[in-house]
Amino acid sequence: MAYPAGMRASIEKVEQRRKDRLNKYEFPRLSPEDKAALLKDYHPDFRDGDKVNLQFGVNKGERVPKVLGEVIESQSRLNLTSVDLSRPDHKTDVLVIGGGGGGVAAALTAHENGAKVILATKLRLGDSNTIMAEGGIAAASLPEDSPAAHYIDTMVGGRFKNIPDVVEALVNEAPSILEWLTSLGACFDRTKDGSYFNHMPAGHAFKRSHSIKDLTGLELMRVLGDEIRNKDIQVLEFSPAVELILDADGQCAGAILEDLDTGRNIVVEAGAVIMATGGMGRLHPNGFPTSNHYGATADGIVMASRARAKLLYMEYIQYHPTGVAWPEQMLGLLLSEALRAEGAHVVNCDGEPFVNRLETRDALSATILRECGPRRKGVETPTGTMGAWLDTPMIDLMGGKGTFMRRFAGIHHRFVKFGIDPTQEPLLVYPTQHYQNGGVAINIYGQSNVPFLYMAGEVAGGVHGHNRLGANSLVDIFVFGRRAGRHAAEHFRKTAATGLTLEHVKAHNEEIAALGISSQRKSPMLLPDYRFEKALTSTQYVSEIVEAE
Amino acid sequence: MDKKNVKMIPIYVMGKKFEVPEELTILKALEFSGFTITRGCGCRGGVCGACATVYRRKGDYRVIPGLACQTVVEPEMSLVQLPYISSRRSSYVVSEVDPDSMDIVKTYPELMRCMGCNTCTKSCPVNIQVMNYISATIQGDLKQVVELSIECVMCGMCAARCPAELSPYNIALFVRRLYGAHKLPKSPELEKRVSDIANGVYNAEIAELKITDTKKLQGIFNEMQAKKGASV
Repeated sequence: MAYPAGMRASIEKVEQRRKDRLNKYEFPRLSPEDKAALLKDYHPDFRDGDKVNLQFGVNKGERVPKVLGEVIESQSRLNLTSVDLSRPDHKTDVLVIGGGGGGVAAALTAHENGAKVILATKLRLGDSNTIMAEGGIAAASLPEDSPAAHYIDTMVGGRFKNIPDVVEALVNEAPSILEWLTSLGACFDRTKDGSYFNHMPAGHAFKRSHSIKDLTGLELMRVLGDEIRNKDIQVLEFSPAVELILDADGQCAGAILEDLDTGRNIVVEAGAVIMATGGMGRLHPNGFPTSNHYGATADGIVMASRARAKLLYMEYIQYHPTGVAWPEQMLGLLLSEALRAEGAHVVNCDGEPFVNRLETRDALSATILRECGPRRKGVETPTGTMGAWLDTPMIDLMGGKGTFMRRFAGIHHRFVKFGIDPTQEPLLVYPTQHYQNGGVAINIYGQSNVPFLYMAGEVAGGVHGHNRLGANSLVDIFVFGRRAGRHAAEHFRKTAATGLTLEHVKAHNEEIAALGISSQRKSPMLLPDYRFEKALTSTQYVSEIVEAE
Repeated sequence: MDKKNVKMIPIYVMGKKFEVPEELTILKALEFSGFTITRGCGCRGGVCGACATVYRRKGDYRVIPGLACQTVVEPEMSLVQLPYISSRRSSYVVSEVDPDSMDIVKTYPELMRCMGCNTCTKSCPVNIQVMNYISATIQGDLKQVVELSIECVMCGMCAARCPAELSPYNIALFVRRLYGAHKLPKSPELEKRVSDIANGVYNAEIAELKITDTKKLQGIFNEMQAKKGASV
């Protein structure tokens, strides 16, 4: 399963030209004007074809990816006649929906602050995008760095659309998150003198990403999941939420779960609900592959918008520039940005560099799409997909032999199984849907506009503006998971809710029927359907932009 | 994938025969065959451990462990997923366990039942030296446990097959947490930063930035980027 002959020929060109790129060679950076023009022409966010405006409800007129619009504007998957809200299966102070990093941080913190907590999750505790995060967690921990510098980088990366107060909370709390995780036993990489090892992801001005080999999210998720099990927190696995419950005043009062094993609905009445349900990768916006885990189907966005929560920046999607394009079995999986930080250049089929390795994710993705599309300098694979080379052998050439293995053992491990040694051969990459930049709008406590309804992590919008910086997501989930957990534990509804209702869901269903939106689909989707032919993958975006030219 | 060029091969899922394209992973082959997977699929990228699978090759006596999302199908393989494995974990307060005492063995007394048979290592789909980290645990070499077990995906295969009935992966996680919480040095730099933030050292600067226009912010950013140069 090593590289086939056609790709080998291109690798030889990469090798021939590699020596020109040693000695601190760097491709020039884009000017702000060039970057804006590049994004406009080649970044999927700026193409009209794949966006729709929501047709009704509190978010009427909001521009969203077409696939997301379809799942929001579908009939609810909940059979309303089968639910009895008068006899809840569980009553709790705080219900956390989602078992990734944001959810566990919220649950642990709400519990620590005295609340009775239930955590419900779609798959197993920990099954999430968090567990897949390779690169690291951002925090201004070095003396030469500062939260103010972190603030500037985050705002510039987000195209200045971030909510300033929320970003302030993020950068100010980031260093204490490192302390919290370390106190729970997370084994962060250290330098020889024992201080935290830092690296510099694209778009940051200082070294401020803290890693645990290339398994940062896995280690954090293992530790936090284990800590949940140490506490008196009830965990309901394979029990995704399907709709929120409101009270007579339109305030959040719980959720209906669906037991995936038995199909039974579970009614949870809660004094506050924290949603940490992640993003929409598995809807495959624009037909892209995705780096997201199996359950990333935008359920939280669907439920929250039906409960009249306001969405923000939903149309902005982050395509990570270095998704795996070969071998086919790994298509769409993420290759850490840290590979570029450590020296890997991005080059085309002739081994020519075409972009600086430290451009932000949006710009880098756009240049790869341009290279593979109109410039016809992409590398074609035997299955007809395209990609550009990430020249990983540079890492040992620049950092000394053994650097790659020390920093990227997990990546090495996964490729060697397919006969590819990334210390010797470049890796083929193509942008992959990676992150939902927008979400339900939050304030500094993670509160949505719906009382008693909080958001933490990718489901929330505003922290990252239009474009998230690398390493800012791991810190986001913990900062806002903790903030939401603390605030919810202090402010959950103390008196019994009255008039529990699913009227908003009924009204949603009726609205769809009235507008004549015909869809066989019911939502939230819960899990994508990859059965039969759909198990075979393809990439369609490049041919579309070539046709458009 | 152009279907015309795809070679189909037979596989057996829980004894039932399916024809699937060669070069698919077991996970995609199951989906291609029409299975709806709820348990037994997570990250689809080899790190979450949800898709533990065991299989036999035709004519081979061995049981081979694998992750369904990372293992390519082989002709005539016979497989079943193991989406859940019952295992034991102890509850503990990480800050209160003394890593240099008998606390480790008291938390997991079954450690002493290990007979060194190496079945755990042979059952690990990500090739971790499980038995070696168990013996490092018994010897109190916590650092070694961290190094040997850091890539564990918690699939539970070691616990499923251990004849001494240990749940090695839970023990490794426990030891790694002890090491991280007790043995890694404190960082005075980080402590200073956290207390500076608590004392409001950066408040004025950030308050100013919050009302600075975007052009100026971009300018400061450009300067910072220029300064960092090639020092990455």
